[in-house]
Amino acid sequence: MVKVIFRNAEWQIPGNITVQKLITDLGLNPQSVLAVRDGKLVNNETRLGDQGEVKLISVVSGG
Amino acid sequence: MCAADSVINMRQHRLALCEVHFAEWVEKISLSFIKKHRMFEPDDRILVAVSGGKDSLSLWRILLKLGFQADGLYMDLGVEAGCSYSKRSCEYVEKFAQNIFPEVKLHVLDVADIYGKTVPEMAGRRKGGRKKFCSVCGLVKRHEMNRIARELGYTVIATGHNLDDEAAVLFGNVLHWEAEYLVRQSPVLPADGVGLVKRAKPLARFYERETAAYAIINNIEYMQEECPYSVGATSLRLKEVLNSMENSSPGTKLQFYFSFLRAKENSLFPGCKRPELRACEKCGQATGALGLCAFCRLLEPASAHHKELEDEI
Repeated sequence: MVKVIFRNAEWQIPGNITVQKLITDLGLNPQSVLAVRDGKLVNNETRLGDQGEVKLISVVSGG
Repeated sequence: MCAADSVINMRQHRLALCEVHFAEWVEKISLSFIKKHRMFEPDDRILVAVSGGKDSLSLWRILLKLGFQADGLYMDLGVEAGCSYSKRSCEYVEKFAQNIFPEVKLHVLDVADIYGKTVPEMAGRRKGGRKKFCSVCGLVKRHEMNRIARELGYTVIATGHNLDDEAAVLFGNVLHWEAEYLVRQSPVLPADGVGLVKRAKPLARFYERETAAYAIINNIEYMQEECPYSVGATSLRLKEVLNSMENSSPGTKLQFYFSFLRAKENSLFPGCKRPELRACEKCGQATGALGLCAFCRLLEPASAHHKELEDEI
């Protein structure tokens, strides 16, 4: 299981899925978030893996 | 062929790059975009409007890395909203300036110190108050950026608008067929004799996913929280629609924006011109209005110019 953080929420998720699948499963648009694993940017084809943490960062700003 | 793992896949360019090559690509494309649109030259004095967010801090870093003379301007708008938003944003900017480029100059301006009111207070005085907050905020920022640039002798103002920002503005203006605004939308706005300083948007070529990636890769710490007043803003809803289209059809945003720029070059709106600018009677800054500019009218006692201002911003 890997810890996934997005905004103020945290989940434990099986690590055998890709970042892309994680993003779409959470109902997010892959265009609007980036994934950072243990402080390093990873692309959407990366598998989450079974340790450490993945943080999803919203890239949409404005007003 | 690079052996390192790619960290970002840009489907609109059919390009996946590693950290090092992505940062190099962003800097190289920025320079060619700056040259193509004749934004500025190495001898220009550039004032970068920095908010503490990913775009403006990335822009500042890119310009300095490319060897341009770029100082920063942070405007404290007085956004408190229970989370000290403006103060915390300023901390990110100061930290960036001190830790990454300690030799550059950072100007910090406090709107309330100068005008006796924060931007939320200025917006609250108006009909529609909170709803119109973003318009009032934009008006204050544009006025103050230009004033400071003129007073301190900067030749260009650079802002961190990215392609998503530009595409959302374009989308909004197309939905209402705002021909006058469409004519004005450009990655570079020339200086005007009456005191309008040249404005440039060197990152208008990049998706905001890319500017965020650039910030993360270069360990730029930035304000990730959204302005509390932007909740429900029209521009965010327009971005959501555009991102949904982009997801199913990569390159949609890029094509939408650049096809528009090409169409404009080919006289898409031949009968439509920018309004003639004149000096505001009070502050002397450029305005399309007769008498007072929109900013000075905003500061006038309530109701004096209420209706005109509602229509203008």
